[in-house]
Amino acid sequence: MKQTIYLFLSVLFTLNSFSQKIEVSGTVIDKEDNTSIPGVNVVVENTTTGTLTDFDGVFTLQNVSSNDNLIFSSLGYVTQVVPVNSTATFNIVLSQNVDKLDEVVVIGYGTQTKKEVTGAVAIISSEAIEKLKPTRIEQALQGQVAGVNITTTSGSPGASSSIRIRGVSTNGDNQPLILVDGNRIEDLSVINPSDIESINVLKDATAGIYGVQAANGVIIITTKSGRKNADFKFVFNSYVGTQETTRKIPVLNATEYGLLANEAYAANGDALPFTDISSLGQGTDWQDEVFQTAFVGSSDISISKGTEKGAYNFSTSYLDQDGIVGLSKSNFNRLTSKLNANIDILENLKLTSSIIYTNTNGSGLNENNIGSVLFNALNFAPNLTPTDIDGDYTLTPANGFGQEIINPLSQIATTFNKTEVNKIAPTIGLNYKFLSNFSADVKFQYNYANVFTKNYFPINSYGESSTVFDKLNNSLTNYKVAYEDYIFDAYINYENTFKDVHNLKILLGTSVSQNNFYNKTNSAGFDFVNGGLDSSLSDADRIEDFNELANTPDKVDGSRLLSYFTRVQYNYDSKYLVSAVLRRDGSSKFGPENKFGFFPSASVGWIVSEEDFMQDSKSINFLKLRASYGIVGNDRIQPFRYVSLLDGEGEYIFDDIINFGTATGALSNPEIRWEKQKPLDIGLDIKLFDKFDITVDYFEKKTEDLLVQPQVSGILGVGAPGSGLPFVNAGTVENKGLEFSIAYSHDVSDDFDFSVNYNFTTIENEVLEVNGENSFVSGGSFGVGQEAPSRMEAGYPIGYFYGLQTNGIFQTQADVDSHATQMNANPGDIRFVDVNGDGQIDSDDRTYIGDPIADISMGLNFNVNYKNFDFSAYAFASIGNEIVRDYERNVPLANKSVYYLDRWTGPGTSNSFPRVTTGATGNTLFSDFYVEDGSFVRLQNIQLGYTLNSDTSEKIGFDKLRFYVSGNNLFTISDYKGYDPTASNGSPIGGGIDKGFYPSPKTFIFGLNVNF
Amino acid sequence: MRNIKLKYILVSVLFIGLVSSCSDDFVNVESLDENSEDYFNSEEDYQNALVGAYDLLQATYLNAMLGEIASDNTLAGGENATDVIGIQEVDDMTHTTSNSQLRDVWGWMFAGVNRANFILEFQDKTEFAGKEEVLAQARFLRAYYYFELVKWFGDVPLVVDKRFLFGDQFDVDRTPKVEVYTQIEIDLIYAIENLTYTASQQGRVTKGAAQALLGKVYLYQDKFLEASQVLETVILSGPYDLVTDYNSIFEHEGENGIESVFEVQYNDDQGASFGCLQCSEGNVAVGFSGVRSYVATPDSEGDIFSSGFSFNVPVQEAVDEYEAGDLRKDVAILDIEAWSTQTGIQYGTGFEHTGFFNRKYIPRKRSDTAAGDRNLTNPNNYRAIRFADVLLMAAEAFNRGSIDDAKAQNYLNRVRERAFGDMLHNITSTGASLTDAIYHERRVELLGEGHRFFDLVRTGRAGAEIDGFVTGKHEVFPIPLIEIQLTGNRWSQNPNY
Repeated sequence: MKQTIYLFLSVLFTLNSFSQKIEVSGTVIDKEDNTSIPGVNVVVENTTTGTLTDFDGVFTLQNVSSNDNLIFSSLGYVTQVVPVNSTATFNIVLSQNVDKLDEVVVIGYGTQTKKEVTGAVAIISSEAIEKLKPTRIEQALQGQVAGVNITTTSGSPGASSSIRIRGVSTNGDNQPLILVDGNRIEDLSVINPSDIESINVLKDATAGIYGVQAANGVIIITTKSGRKNADFKFVFNSYVGTQETTRKIPVLNATEYGLLANEAYAANGDALPFTDISSLGQGTDWQDEVFQTAFVGSSDISISKGTEKGAYNFSTSYLDQDGIVGLSKSNFNRLTSKLNANIDILENLKLTSSIIYTNTNGSGLNENNIGSVLFNALNFAPNLTPTDIDGDYTLTPANGFGQEIINPLSQIATTFNKTEVNKIAPTIGLNYKFLSNFSADVKFQYNYANVFTKNYFPINSYGESSTVFDKLNNSLTNYKVAYEDYIFDAYINYENTFKDVHNLKILLGTSVSQNNFYNKTNSAGFDFVNGGLDSSLSDADRIEDFNELANTPDKVDGSRLLSYFTRVQYNYDSKYLVSAVLRRDGSSKFGPENKFGFFPSASVGWIVSEEDFMQDSKSINFLKLRASYGIVGNDRIQPFRYVSLLDGEGEYIFDDIINFGTATGALSNPEIRWEKQKPLDIGLDIKLFDKFDITVDYFEKKTEDLLVQPQVSGILGVGAPGSGLPFVNAGTVENKGLEFSIAYSHDVSDDFDFSVNYNFTTIENEVLEVNGENSFVSGGSFGVGQEAPSRMEAGYPIGYFYGLQTNGIFQTQADVDSHATQMNANPGDIRFVDVNGDGQIDSDDRTYIGDPIADISMGLNFNVNYKNFDFSAYAFASIGNEIVRDYERNVPLANKSVYYLDRWTGPGTSNSFPRVTTGATGNTLFSDFYVEDGSFVRLQNIQLGYTLNSDTSEKIGFDKLRFYVSGNNLFTISDYKGYDPTASNGSPIGGGIDKGFYPSPKTFIFGLNVNF
Repeated sequence: MRNIKLKYILVSVLFIGLVSSCSDDFVNVESLDENSEDYFNSEEDYQNALVGAYDLLQATYLNAMLGEIASDNTLAGGENATDVIGIQEVDDMTHTTSNSQLRDVWGWMFAGVNRANFILEFQDKTEFAGKEEVLAQARFLRAYYYFELVKWFGDVPLVVDKRFLFGDQFDVDRTPKVEVYTQIEIDLIYAIENLTYTASQQGRVTKGAAQALLGKVYLYQDKFLEASQVLETVILSGPYDLVTDYNSIFEHEGENGIESVFEVQYNDDQGASFGCLQCSEGNVAVGFSGVRSYVATPDSEGDIFSSGFSFNVPVQEAVDEYEAGDLRKDVAILDIEAWSTQTGIQYGTGFEHTGFFNRKYIPRKRSDTAAGDRNLTNPNNYRAIRFADVLLMAAEAFNRGSIDDAKAQNYLNRVRERAFGDMLHNITSTGASLTDAIYHERRVELLGEGHRFFDLVRTGRAGAEIDGFVTGKHEVFPIPLIEIQLTGNRWSQNPNY
């Protein structure tokens, strides 16, 4: 009927027109996936002439003037105006119009539009993830979201990352809760980043709806699922690339090394180790020997299809990454397959299901340790050649190297290990709508992972004298463990609007979960040659040839959680928003008295821009103020710490045989209870001039009743083998800070648009209390035989570095004599500060000398699309974090960093770098000489893409074809002397200590995306 | 229509009901490990807990090594001046109240006390034949650990037949040393009464061990009469004798021999790491005391030792203490330069290299099957109380107590006759000069065995012999400051720390 009217009207107008009338036709397609869009309005500008595209996106309009403009509009797409001129056929590409405010945010057991959200929530879209081509999802989060800090525990393939949302808030587990389609996934390496539709990060008290374990924030990952009523769609993505080290640490060449070694020996009156310096030359650059250019490649394919009643998505991917050290010896490969199926069983009964299968294989080298490969590459003598005249790997000389410095090449060649993970994670859910306002959901999520680790050690000697790595017999150790957990959720939602303005949502639900751990095989084999096993096998194959010699299966019943929760959300006319959550969580980790805790949280919001007085504002398009506060519980400690168990080590030898007795394990504390985190957030979201999106949040996150393991009195027997410190609710940590993010986007023309995003986060971390006065928790390690360098102590940031303060170098004997008594001090040695003023330099003079927590971290993203080209760049920075340089082994003949060329050699020569000597000095004591500023700026990604015109790509049979080149981690600006200022094992206490960190590689990749 | 709605409601109520029927009991989970408070239901339980109480004997490697380093016999050594600072400080008598190794001694010995008390706390729970023998061993062990604590720290909190449990630490005071000694004596007397001279298994406590330890405890309190009596009983009634070849005592074949009155057992069947030194089933002190970077041609004369960390190195003065013709010198002292010249071995030098090593307790050549880290798993047993020590203690008690110098000479000369292989070096003096001879003999006979520092302290000679030793201060080590803080700051520190 409508069309008839249009037609009629258009005929009327046509009569009045003098210009040439033509018939136009064409198709309208979606820019994102190149599918046709049905039902698009096509109207001649300033007329009522128009039509709708049909199911195939095709339209035809009669009697259009060449002077006219055609307007193409459809809900959810950006409207386009196209002049007719004399074109007869149009191929219109509409881009989706995602108004950020209408974006759907997952907030836990439900969704909300971004506009209505009252918590601090950040969203990362699939496009941002696609841009970065991360091998792991965490890399896509770094610098993208204010308040989220990612540190990788190593640059080696498959290495894990630590995610910290709004700082380190506990000495225990700081990892946020990560949910993939509602399923708890602790290890993100099992997910292919291409499968991700969106990532939501809940940073404040609103995460409290997830209750237990949400104290560190929640990361909600939604994977791609099919769309209803959609044709078959294939997407193929692939890239290949090369990786290389970002940096080599400048160390001495053989000649410099020889001279310095001689100087050090002479300083102590010892015989010179090198009598003929001139023969040394440049020597071997061990870093060149171990660093190689390595391959990385990934491919994935995804198929989706939607019918009227359901939608399916299947994808599979394969990633293969070699290491820049050892290549295949530190390889990681991953196969993933994922199937999502959503089916409407009845109109009001919907089934959602997904299953993810992952197989990963990883091999690794000794890393970030005394005696690790890179540690050896830095410390092994440059005058030695990789192999001797017989072609055997050069051995560590008997003298001057300690027992851990060995030939890194020999070390790589004799490393054989493999860890295989098979993981399956199915989920199934039913949603049932009834009585028009109610919906009920049941969901079941399950994870099962099998981890099989094999380590083979061949017979080998690494040194002329024995080293700690020598193997006199070959051996293979073999562990197989399994992890299993499930979550069962059931909840009811009620949603209604009263009198048009009172919007109410009520949620009531329950959740139960359980974790199990199985120790399936734990076996070791020794001495294969003598043991009669197949000795014709090479070492590399021996790892597969394993006979189970011992098997001690063991099931550890894990922890359980039981929760009830309710949430009420109310808003008045979408202007005033209130939400309140109450949760009752029960954890099997606490004793009978303390199992259950009540955790309330609440948030409010005010959309100021909806007020009448703001309606006409041209500059402020949107303004929302919000605040949240709550109490969230945390139970992330080992199970059964409230009860004293006989799981200690009680072993003694009678008749020369080890007898296995019983002994009490870690000290128990029946009074342990929930750790409580109290996050406060005050934030505002504002959109200015239709172009700037700004979000500002101030947060204060106080963690009370911290489950710490502080030092306890030795009279309790805590020093016994297999014993350990009890958990005590005794500590408070506070993180305060400001988050700011601004996004600017501008569509200059149809062919040209760009956007810039910038965010920063400040964090001030302070431990307010640890188990009463003078108490502390120590951790980490520095050097050899030295005291633990990191502490958690009231008044300081968590994990701060505790050591001696330096004050230059003693220049003369008079300097030494006038200073407080310092053992073994001579001119040229480091002068320590007598902090306690007792005239003695000793361990009581240790004090705060830095901390690994950044004062401010920031990220910057830049995107441009110009015609068929797209370009993006992304950088992040961290300022004010310190890092400990601990990759230098202080033994007489270890190689040294080049800064020793600027050492003290006599009065006035240096006030920064001490003399070299083999004699006794205190220079190796943990002091601020080893603590460096770890601030850095890193260009994480830069990418240039080219998308073929749809005409061209269709000709060769594709809907969309894009090529790109990308560089990851191209450069880092930092004063830090080591490989990588991001080096950290992620420990809250003991992190930020670099023992030869495997640097994150610089990667160049070439890739393509195909849709068909 | 209404019926359908009702059905919906019914279904949803049912569903919620089903879910919430998952009651609070769901989070009551029992561990698969036994609860320590429900134990001791069979003889086996007692025996197993007893093994746990023995375990901490192996941690006394530190007491033996640090005791030697504290004395004038050896220097700390190690890799460099900052290698295990706590050990360096004790060597130089510069130890402060925050010394990690001293805290280890404190914590490990109290761990032993607590494990022995765990058994004694539940001693009445289950009856079985031979229980007294189990309790006697537990009481010996408690006495052994407390004796170490008293030697090192003076007054220490005493707890009898119950454990210190978490929370107790705020109500415990330091018990005067004399009261702790009284309890040690009571425990050892009980052990003597309930044990036999030969144990069911090698390595277990015997009557002789309890008697010898009691004699030593008396001697430390200058109770010479009691000491002489109980030590003489060991000599006359015990199954012990001196081994003819002094050298053989310290080799693997010589372990648990006829001269061994009490011996801490070690072997190398289990791996160990720096993360938990007290967990090692091997003798950690041996690896620490070994020659740095020791290399010998396989099957050559020198191929009898292996490498270590060059701690605990004897000084020239200790070497010079040996008289000419003393066969013990080359057993106690490895002169590495001479050895290298003789055998062609290579070696490295560490901090405070003196050229000498504590040969009794340096790593021997290791078997192929020895578990790693081999520096920490040396299988050398620690000969805690040797019969020679008993003879010298008896001689000292008879002499210093002015009881019987003839007996004193006799016991002393038994040791000297073996040492020189003749009677020409026998001591005939009496009184104070005999005392000095006994002191000298203790030093050379027991060099490297961890007794010297405490012998010097208990006889009042430490100030004169040990560099840096401050009389009135260094007789005991400081209570670790943190231990005072963690028990509520109520304990006073040892004098002058």
